[in-house]
Amino acid sequence: MTATTSAAPAATTAGAFRTVRRRRATRSLVVTSALAMAVTALFVLTMMVGSFQLTAGEVIASVLHLREDPSVDFVVRDLRLPTATSALAVGLALGAAGTIFQQLLRNPLASPDFVGITSGAGLAAISGIVLLQLGGLAVSGLALAGAVGAALLMYVLAWRDGVAGYRFILIGIGVALFFDGLIGYMLTRARLSDARQAMHWLTGSVGQAGAAELRLLLGALVLLLPIAVLLQRQLRTLELGDDTARALGSRVELGRGGLLATAVALVALAVAVAGPVIFVALVAGPIANRLLGPATGGIVAAALAGATLLLTADLVAVHVLPTPLPTGVVTGAVGAPYLLWLLATTNRQGAGG
Amino acid sequence: MSNSTHVTRRASALGPGLAVLFVALALVAFLSVTQGSRSIGLLEVLHALGSLNSDVSTDSTVTLELRVPRTLLGIVVGAALGVAGAILQGVTRNPLADAGIMGINSGAAVFVVFAVTVLGVRGAGVYVWFAFAGAIAALVLVYAIASLGREGATPVKLALAGAAVTAGLASVTAGIVMTNVDALNELRFWQVGSLAGRYAPILTGVAPFLLLGLVASLGFGRVLNGLALGEDVARGLGQHVTRTRAAAFAVVAVLAGAATAACGPIVFVGLVVPHAARFICGPDYRWILPYSMLLAPIVLLLADVLGRVVAAPDELQVGVVLGVLGAPAFVGIVRYGRLSEV
Repeated sequence: MTATTSAAPAATTAGAFRTVRRRRATRSLVVTSALAMAVTALFVLTMMVGSFQLTAGEVIASVLHLREDPSVDFVVRDLRLPTATSALAVGLALGAAGTIFQQLLRNPLASPDFVGITSGAGLAAISGIVLLQLGGLAVSGLALAGAVGAALLMYVLAWRDGVAGYRFILIGIGVALFFDGLIGYMLTRARLSDARQAMHWLTGSVGQAGAAELRLLLGALVLLLPIAVLLQRQLRTLELGDDTARALGSRVELGRGGLLATAVALVALAVAVAGPVIFVALVAGPIANRLLGPATGGIVAAALAGATLLLTADLVAVHVLPTPLPTGVVTGAVGAPYLLWLLATTNRQGAGG
Repeated sequence: MSNSTHVTRRASALGPGLAVLFVALALVAFLSVTQGSRSIGLLEVLHALGSLNSDVSTDSTVTLELRVPRTLLGIVVGAALGVAGAILQGVTRNPLADAGIMGINSGAAVFVVFAVTVLGVRGAGVYVWFAFAGAIAALVLVYAIASLGREGATPVKLALAGAAVTAGLASVTAGIVMTNVDALNELRFWQVGSLAGRYAPILTGVAPFLLLGLVASLGFGRVLNGLALGEDVARGLGQHVTRTRAAAFAVVAVLAGAATAACGPIVFVGLVVPHAARFICGPDYRWILPYSMLLAPIVLLLADVLGRVVAAPDELQVGVVLGVLGAPAFVGIVRYGRLSEV
């Protein structure tokens, strides 16, 4: 504002730009590190509480193999570390994938839950549970295959001289409704006990993770998160619209394809580990964006927000509620009020979007 | 201007198109009355309708007490869901917006589950009013949260508030269902969505709300066209944007709330039919609304009849048929049709 009244507008405008950009970078750094610290604290806290109380020092020493104490090591490394790691990994994966989808398709509702990918995983897994009486690793494998299959199906169907965001969303709705119809049918035809197990899986729980799937997801996170962040530049120009992005020199289809593949891989593995934990992918991006303010769109921040949400939900599900419930039951109850509060308060400052 | 002649030509074809849809709806309604696990001929149907006495024969009992209420319910519920979906997509300017994502289904489900577990209520006839109350409460909550702040209920805030409320309520439902097998058993049938087992009392209960809402909804074409240009333009055109949005939400609450209360969540009709109408009509909501109103009951009744015929003497819920047959049809339209965005 001051730039226009000043004597040397060009210089001060550039200066103002620089200030804004620096402020944005600082805020992004502060928010991301704060989220990272929150995630670390929650991760350690998850392993401290339980019927056998531990101190933070004991937990950290045991996880990092600094001190050997058989009883502590058993509780931490064998009992609590797998669940805590799976909450962390699934949260990171869903948060990152959700925000990638929302930005690619330029729609705040376009999380993998609504455009058919989780429905595909759900149908495959439910078929395994209800028709073949499967459990454990086989169901995870089916879910993985279902998610990837649904994503491929959508991409093939939506492809016509490239994939337009709007067409992809509509095809996604169709695919999701198709799978959901079949899931509903299976649930009404199943024996009540099978239906109950199927509902449990559909709700999603970090406690049901198997070691093999978890290792796969961790590997994928280490590999894919940096790739996603590198592709972030592509993502930013895509937000301006396909034509503008193309004019600015982005290879639109390549960038979009790469990002979609990254996000789909993360979602598919997360669903295979924990089932379709609803709402994390949808809400992590908007929460991170509102914390980041003007520097919206950070994949890392969204991933960390997802992990925070899932770790908190797991703590509530296991330790606060009278009967232990699957994590997916709690994510909505924990995340929804927070998002609503954010919507209400950022609105008051006129930045609610 | 070639563009304007194109528009008038389109409009001149759209009027007769509505008449064709009306005839199609009458045909489908006739199918719905005659087809089913027990096939009833035209003469028997006319005879039953003429005498209005259900005790004459089995055919007239089935016609008057089962088929006719079911068909009428399908027509009003379908029309209501189609129009409600079109209005919501217009107000939020989001192709993913439907009554489900605005909290209607989850609100209704919470109240149904609550009625089952806490009050020990059983049967669709009693659920109706719980579901109706829940649907309206959820939608009011969504709108209230989204309209906090200076700029009021913008599309993005409506979408996010709707999704958040849906998720929060779904958590509550899931929590109850996980710990109470009775509630799970009731919910898994309620949540598929069906026209079966809804007899005359349910129809007469919800029909006044639905008819009122349908009449009111037809007045929204022009204002939705304004909103589609963006809020600033709409305001510049002299619209009271906040008041329009609130009125539209009130109509949607009545339409989708009563429809969901009567039949359970039938997601497909509210989400997909408005898009199909948009393919036919282009972006003009003065046409999209009546087309949605006629297309939706045709789709719903066809799916219902198919579900009855295919699995006779048992039947498939209409929600399942719509997903399995309707969704691929929709994907085909999207893939090969010309798109006009919301």
